Parts: sequence; C-alpha cells; structure tokens
Amino acid sequence: MRIRAQVAMVMNLDKCIGCHTCSVTCKQTWTNREGTEYVWFNNVETKPGIGYPKHYEDQDRWKGGWKLDGKGRLVLRGGGRVKRLSRIFANPDLPSIDDYYEPATFDKDILVNAPAGLKDTPVKQPYSALTGEPMAITWGANWEDSLGGDTFDQDPNLKNLTEKVTFEFEKTFMFHLPRICEHCLNPACVSACPSGAMYKREEDGIVLVDQDRCRGWRMCVSACPYKKVYVNHATGKAEKCTLCFPRIEAGQPTICSETCVGRLRYLGILWYDEDAVLAAASVGDEDLLDAQRAVFLDPFDETVQRAARDAGHPQEWIEAAQASPVWRLISEYRIALPLHPEYRTLPMVWYVPPLSPVLDAAGAAGRDDTNADDIFHTIDDLRIPVEYLASLFTAGDTAAAGGVLMKLAAMRAYMRARTLDGTVAQELLDGIGMTGEQVEAMYRLLAIAKYDERYVIPAAHRAQAAALDGLGGCSLDGEGGPGMGGSGAVPVTITTGRSR
Amino acid sequence: MSTLVWIVLPYTCLVVFVAGHVWRWRHDQFGWTTHTSQLLENRLLRLGSPLFHLGAFGVIGGHAMGLLIPASWTALLGISGHTYHLVSVTGGTITGIMLVVGLALLIARRFISGRIRRVTTTMDRILYAALTVMVALGMSGTVAVNLLGEGYDYRETIAVWFRGIFWLQPDPSLMSGAPLVFRLHAIGGFLFLALWPFTRLVHVWSAPLAYLWRPYVVYRRRRTPAPQPQPAPAAARKVVTPSS
Repeated sequence: MRIRAQVAMVMNLDKCIGCHTCSVTCKQTWTNREGTEYVWFNNVETKPGIGYPKHYEDQDRWKGGWKLDGKGRLVLRGGGRVKRLSRIFANPDLPSIDDYYEPATFDKDILVNAPAGLKDTPVKQPYSALTGEPMAITWGANWEDSLGGDTFDQDPNLKNLTEKVTFEFEKTFMFHLPRICEHCLNPACVSACPSGAMYKREEDGIVLVDQDRCRGWRMCVSACPYKKVYVNHATGKAEKCTLCFPRIEAGQPTICSETCVGRLRYLGILWYDEDAVLAAASVGDEDLLDAQRAVFLDPFDETVQRAARDAGHPQEWIEAAQASPVWRLISEYRIALPLHPEYRTLPMVWYVPPLSPVLDAAGAAGRDDTNADDIFHTIDDLRIPVEYLASLFTAGDTAAAGGVLMKLAAMRAYMRARTLDGTVAQELLDGIGMTGEQVEAMYRLLAIAKYDERYVIPAAHRAQAAALDGLGGCSLDGEGGPGMGGSGAVPVTITTGRSR
Repeated sequence: MSTLVWIVLPYTCLVVFVAGHVWRWRHDQFGWTTHTSQLLENRLLRLGSPLFHLGAFGVIGGHAMGLLIPASWTALLGISGHTYHLVSVTGGTITGIMLVVGLALLIARRFISGRIRRVTTTMDRILYAALTVMVALGMSGTVAVNLLGEGYDYRETIAVWFRGIFWLQPDPSLMSGAPLVFRLHAIGGFLFLALWPFTRLVHVWSAPLAYLWRPYVVYRRRRTPAPQPQPAPAAARKVVTPSS
C-alpha cells in the first residue's frame, strides 16, 4: 500500500443558485490576463445543457478520458503514446476557440465621451478580444444560463434517457453545475502530456502545469474529458485550475469556496492507496462508482493511520483526515457522487446531487413535495430526473442515484418532524439505513454548514506555508504567467485560521 | 572575400547557434514552446502543419544524406552515381513539394485569419521570410538545376567543404565552381542556423520522444524548502530561492 493524501472538494448542488460568484472571483484571481480571456478555471453551467466548451461531455467527439480496450485494459481514449505523437503536428481532437466562445471587450469610451443632447442613447459596441474587430456576441461560457437559448436539448446526457425529456415550461427541470478541475487520481491530462510538464503533487494531489516545461503540444486539452485544461494563446502554454494551491498551502480554502454565496463547497483531505488506483479505474462499467469509493482509506482505521505515519505524514494530517467533511459526505453518508465516473480518471471533485429536479417533477405531477412518502414515490416513478442525474454522477446506475436522493429527502422529512413536533421518524431512518445521530450530523453539515466544518485544511500545511512565505513572490510571476503582476520580492502576509 | 564567406561566416553562425541555444535555454524556459495557434485556426493548419513538418523531416534527412555521407562510401556500397542522383532528386522533389505546400498554407493562414495575424510576432515574420527564401533557393537547386537542368554534383564540392568545417579544415576553393543558387543556399543555411535559437524553432529540441517510455502519471514533490521549526529571520529569507 502506498498511502497518499488528496485535497478533495464536494459541492452540494441543491444549494447552488447559479450566481457565478465563484466564476467571477476565480477569473479575477487567475485568468484576467491576455491569452486567457476565454478561460474559466471555474464555470457554472446549467443542466441540462451542452456546457462549456460546447458538448464537452461528448467523448465520441472529443476523445477525452480513458476507456477499456477489447482486452479490458485501461487506455487513453484519444490513443496511446505512438498515436498521440503521430498527431502532434495537428491535433484532431482539440476544440477550437469557437467551441468555447470568442471573447469580447467593449468600447466604453463611447458612453463616457458621447456629446450631450444626442437623440439616441449611445450604445457600446462589442469588439473581439482576438482580432480587435467589431463582432456580434453569439455564444459565451454561460449562454445557456437557466435553460436560456435553444441548445439544452442537445445535452449529451439526454441521449442516455429511456424517455424523451419535454422542455415544456411546467414539466421541465434544471439545476446549476459549478465545475473546476477535478484534480483526478488518474489524470488523463497528465498521462497525455508529451513533455512531462504536467504533474500531480505528491503531498496533496493537486494537478499542475509546470509553465517552464510546457512546450505547447496541447495534448492535455484533448485528453481531459472535463475540458479543464486550456491553451493560453498569448504564451502558447497550457494552464489550468490550480486548486488555489497558494491558499491551500496557507490553510485557506480556494477562492471559489471562500466566496461561495450558497456555502455549498466543502474542502478536506482523503487518504487513498495509489496502488489501488489503476485497478479501480479498470473495473467494468457497472462497478465504477463502488470501485471509486473503495479507493479511499478510512481515516479512523488504525492500520491506515499507521501507514500514514510511516509514510511521513504529520499527525495534523491524520487528524484533519478524520475531520474531513469530504470523507463524511463521500464515504460515511455516501451522498456525494463523482462527476462522470465512466471517464475513469477518478475525479476528486464530487457532488451531492440536487433534489430540486425531483421536487419540481413532484410538483408538476401534482404530488406533495413536502411529504416524504410522496417524494420517495416520485423518485421511484419519475424516471427522467433520476436517470439524468445517474447519467451525470453514477455512470447510469439509477439505483445509486435514487438512493442518494432518498437519503436527502428522508433527511428533510426527518428534520421537519424533529423541528415541528419533536417526533423521531424511525421509519424514515429504517428506509435509508442511517441512525438519528448520523442524519442530524449530516443535516448540520449540509444545512448549517459552518465555515470551519466546510473547510478542514490541515495545519501542517500552514507550517510549510510560513517557509513558502519567505520565498517572496512566486515562480509563476514571469511575463504572461499565471502569477504575473505579483509584487516581486515583497512577502505576502497571509492570515490563517479564519472562522465565522 | 571567399575566406570571409566560406570560413568566417559558417563558424560565426555556428557559434551563435550554440551560444544562442545555451542562452535561451538558461534564460527563457517560459518562452520555449511551439507557440501553438491551433486553438485560433484549425482549418488550414490541419493540412499545412503535417505537410510542413513531414516534408521538413524528409528535407533534413536528405541534407544529412547528401552532405554528411561521402560519395566514396556510397560507391563502396555499390550504389552508382546515377542511382544516387535518382533517389536524391526524387526524394528531394517530393519532400520539397510537401514542404513548399505546407509552408504556403502556414503562411497563408497568417494572412487570411485575423486571429492569427494578431498573434504573429516580428520574430515569426522573420522566420517565415527566412524559411521562404531558404526553401525557394533549395527547390530551385533541386528542381531547376538537378531535375530539369544539366545537374550539379554537389557531393564532390559543397559536401566536402561542409564536412571540412567540422574537421576545422574548410576549403573555400571548393565553393568557387558551385552554381549561384547552391552558393546562396549554403550561405542562407548558415544564417538560418544563427537565427534558429531566437525563434520558435527551438521547440524542435524538445521533441517529446521520452513520452514513449515514460510512466503515464507524473508525480512531483512541491518545490519548497523543508518546513522550518522556527520562523526564519528576515535576513535569512533572502537566501532562499526557488530552484528546479
């Protein structure tokens, strides 16, 4: 067993209101530079929808992630080493910038400098950030917000549904899906990088691009099934979400988590066995979810703790892993699910699926969406939202997706009964196989969601961060680099241990 | 004059070639890239780039064959001058045409696509101009002189002079009888080498062959100093530098 730590995230989708604060703060922090105008390390898309970039989930088209070959061996969908190098001069699986969108800027001077007394209000004209020419804006990273536009029925996940989805106003459903890099345990981008410039950090599993070693072969962009590696067209190098590693090292949550208005993000560490990763990525389609859950090691198991200690992990990390909200949501309550486990990259950003599509459907079907029995029946009867969620989060396993929704529905009904008349709804607990204490702790973590419980980032990192602080500036400060504009040799003051 | 052109110039260019690469490698890892623009334009690149690169491999291979292998060696192997001529002219013409078409497409996309025009640097323009001149001179040598014309046996003159450069005994008199296009191509070739380290051509030396046997997932430790038990005094902080 080779025990490693991974900083992982869980997002509770029921609480996402699609406000894009995470996207905006991320953009201001990391990608407000020339060459990354079109890049959103964090984006929020509306589901159903084709997403950003367009149709990124359609792996028949983009060839991202891994698949099993005829003999059941794990291979990159876009081809192995020789095939990849043979396509290095023109990568056939690279999205064009139009698959993201053409970035635009506006001539705002016209609003400021317009003479007084104009008959018509001056209008600012969009200009392409790529060519400087006037342009019409016809697409964006969030064009489909709240089922806007007319592309949502082209969502690749809808192909897997047994019934046709109708998008009539009163029958439809939608939810928001915030996405960052998954910092996978079996990253296809790292595996496809010809230069070896991409790597997974041994200490915390964060996947990064070495800006000095990237040679711009752009294979990572194709190989990532989530399309979360981007080409900076000004520097000719790949860039991606860094999980805000300077903040994580300082014991702070990522900027998307810190600023999340809905408080729906959770950050913590997980132990996993590196030797088990390949096997877990190579199981049959029906076992994907269980296999990916089974890679994580129980932080309360003494064998695991001993292994972690032997591998040189500090005591703070062992304790942080026990307090990890991510471990609780994924492995204890088993209500968090990975996004597209069938890509076989073992993503490390998991999601608590939203109950809202089912509630919408229950309401549309004339059922009482406050009655747990009705919700349970709705989950059983109304296949569309459950099948859709299963296509996103469980590789099509509707029982697993439905089971999670049952837990969430039962938690609501149980807490409603506790709060309103003090009764304990034992039949609900029996239905989901959880104890009253567990459900109340789950409720506290999901609904109260205190800052210190959402973000458990190990203290040992902070000690190292002090040493890091002494470096002053960061190695990414070069011309056009992700840290460009840093203040050079002036050390940054980092406040830690914030709570609210 | 011939000493200047056929001795001083080649050595100067080779020194610039080597020193330029050392300087660039040490000081500009961040700029050491293919500078891909496929994201911005794919239609012309999809055809032009593979044609250009595969053509260039053929052309470089052909130059290595013609310049580095003495005629006496191929004669020893029983390859007649006629057979050699046939192979070199056919191969040179085919790969040369691939190179010309590829280069034309790559240059065309620099003009046609506004997106590409905006990201084209001065150094790119110089590089494309130099490539065009070199390819034009080379192709006129291969096609006009050796394929259609009476032919010129560069293996007895230019190749001997070229190898002499590396033995430190270049003989400028060998170049006096060479046709003008060959002489210009030889001069241009050395100037091109001198230009090389300052352009995006440096990506050639990063051809990712190691990818073929590397394990898929790369793990790296963080590049930070070990955690210190006590905060370092301000004076000591300056010493710590990020090293690779």
